[in-house]
Amino acid sequence: MMRPYVPKDNVQKRSYYTDRFWVAPKIEEEDVSKDEVFAKDVEALKSRFEIEKAFLQRGQLIVYIDPSLNLEVLRFFKEELQYDMLMELSAVDYLSRSGEFEVFYQLLSLSKRKRARIKCLIKEDQAIESVNPVFRSADWSEREMFDMFGIKVNNHPYFKRILMPEDWVGYPLRKSYPLHGDEAAQWYEIDKIFGKEYREVVGPEIRDAAWVDPKDTENFARYGHEVPKGAPYDSEPMEIESFNEDAPLVETFDLKKSKIVDRDR
Amino acid sequence: MAQHQVNYAASGGLPVALTTVDKLVNWGRSNSLWALTYGLACCAIEMMASGASRYDFDRFGVIFRASPRQADVMIVAGTLTKKHAEFIRRLYDQMAEPKWVISMGSCANTGGMFNTYATVQGVDRVIPVDLYLPGCAPRPETLQYAVMLLQKKIRKQTIFQKQKPKRLV
Ligand code: SF4
Repeated sequence: MMRPYVPKDNVQKRSYYTDRFWVAPKIEEEDVSKDEVFAKDVEALKSRFEIEKAFLQRGQLIVYIDPSLNLEVLRFFKEELQYDMLMELSAVDYLSRSGEFEVFYQLLSLSKRKRARIKCLIKEDQAIESVNPVFRSADWSEREMFDMFGIKVNNHPYFKRILMPEDWVGYPLRKSYPLHGDEAAQWYEIDKIFGKEYREVVGPEIRDAAWVDPKDTENFARYGHEVPKGAPYDSEPMEIESFNEDAPLVETFDLKKSKIVDRDR
Repeated sequence: MAQHQVNYAASGGLPVALTTVDKLVNWGRSNSLWALTYGLACCAIEMMASGASRYDFDRFGVIFRASPRQADVMIVAGTLTKKHAEFIRRLYDQMAEPKWVISMGSCANTGGMFNTYATVQGVDRVIPVDLYLPGCAPRPETLQYAVMLLQKKIRKQTIFQKQKPKRLV
């Protein structure tokens, strides 16, 4: 019996999985009243500020606020509610969904042993106030947030990129940024070191790690058939002599003359 | 008067050695390859191990120098980021001729697993490389072998070669 013929021309290119983007299950949102410590905190918070939403997820408090309130709310959390550490601060790109970034501040209270997350949604070109006066650890995080997402932070003491070079184009952690970089990124080192006109000399990056030109005798030696560097692929192979023959005062290692003391090593 | 007449030309153990200038100079060059410490990532750990007592690079004459002015060979050990690319070129330009480059590990050869926007896809985009050393990370023995191959390459070179034109940043 023969197996039915299936065309295999594009077997590598065809995608096998149609549900390619796995949708993570949503974590359950619980009511704040489930935890009495958080319930008290939210009550105190509500008496001072207008908050959009508050709920619990995996035992952590999540509060949505208006972005203009961020500094004051964080000060309140630190000074009144004893959330004394800012563990992390960054943003999530939801530009394609709603044209917004979600900025979050992850807080930890050592005395209460609780974690709270304060979130706010900002528009793409909207700036946000620095929380540096309240938490000093926000300094570099805010710079990273700008570096990776392009979110401007007002009143920051030293506002510039932190990881990428100063003259980098684009913001790499946005969902719209290609993994292999845009054009400016792909030619960055060539443009910077040699100048744009050198692009033709160096050529584009080879992103396919498995790609080897089999006839390239400039960069590769064919094992057992070593032709001179740069010579045509099928020219006469070279004679490769042994190692140290032409090196005076260097003796070639002879296994027979040596004695192996410790076999285990 | 000497008691024994020694016929130098006839006896096997000549106290005179004849050689060419090329061989003499290349002997010196290949056996004192001072390396510029260029540890950029995890491969640097293996490079350090090669320099330490167990593998003992000193016996090959490979002594790590912290200054490009004193170095003959640059061992690029690790991931070269695009931000750092201009500095590797500058350090390479600061090395005195003759100079060689060993690209150590997949990252330095091709960018390795970092197929991303921020990694230079092979140091040979920025500086000329003499020897590519595969592995992630190559073991110290492999680096020693690479150095031995480089020595072999140097011994084949003529010392009167023209210096290649360089482009400074
Ligand atoms: S080749 Fe491997 S070991 Fe070497 S720097 Fe890259 S990731 Fe690290």
